[in-house]
Amino acid sequence: MRVKVRLFGAPREALGKREIQQDLPSGSTVQDLMDLLMEEYPALRSHSSMIRMALNRKYVLLEAQLREGDEVAFIPPVGGG
Amino acid sequence: MRVMKWPSYLLWGEGRQQMNEGATKLFEITTDELSADEVVGRLADPDIGAVIAFVGVVRGSTDGREVRYLEYEAYPEMAQDVLQQIADEIRERWKTIHRVAIVHRVGRLEIGEISVVIALSAAHRREVFGAVHYAIDRLKEIAPVWKKEVWTDGAEWKSEGWQKEGGEP
Repeated sequence: MRVKVRLFGAPREALGKREIQQDLPSGSTVQDLMDLLMEEYPALRSHSSMIRMALNRKYVLLEAQLREGDEVAFIPPVGGG
Repeated sequence: MRVMKWPSYLLWGEGRQQMNEGATKLFEITTDELSADEVVGRLADPDIGAVIAFVGVVRGSTDGREVRYLEYEAYPEMAQDVLQQIADEIRERWKTIHRVAIVHRVGRLEIGEISVVIALSAAHRREVFGAVHYAIDRLKEIAPVWKKEVWTDGAEWKSEGWQKEGGEP
């Protein structure tokens, strides 16, 4: 299956990408996706400890199951206002 | 890989829904210049007797360092939902709050420009002060918006970090 990954802030700059289309085995979780992307993009690793994940625009736990067409976002520490 | 456990207060709460109604957008991420008057105007209603507005402005220095400009970025679709969630939380805690509007600007902002406007209305003045304080704190805590400070000699993404795990703030 394929999911869309969106990047913002420092990790977006580190990778030089706003979006990644990622293929992964069906039944994968958000954690599996993170592990896969850390392998492929080592620049993400230094950000991983502070990143929270969003699935289809809601904060989720890493155990959340992914489905075809999902939108996943890496959310680095926020700082609006 | 170290993974942070998800604090319960960051999960979505139940609440009275206040949707973006019709043509009047109450929760918005925009690249347009902001006006406090314009956002306050979105709350117009004959039943209200008090409106409070918080206006966030780009400051020219942090920790004695001169800031050239700020670059704001958001995950706009999710941020609008989170702003609505914050409004729902407010109306759950402060039953007298009538309506809430939160508009955040993104893109390059110069010193003195408005980055965010939060406006709340109620029949009476009591409680609007606590509620607006809660709104800006909560926005800084959970809204997917990022701020990069650009100095003459460098730049940095600024955040107070994710709040520690714990109960309701």
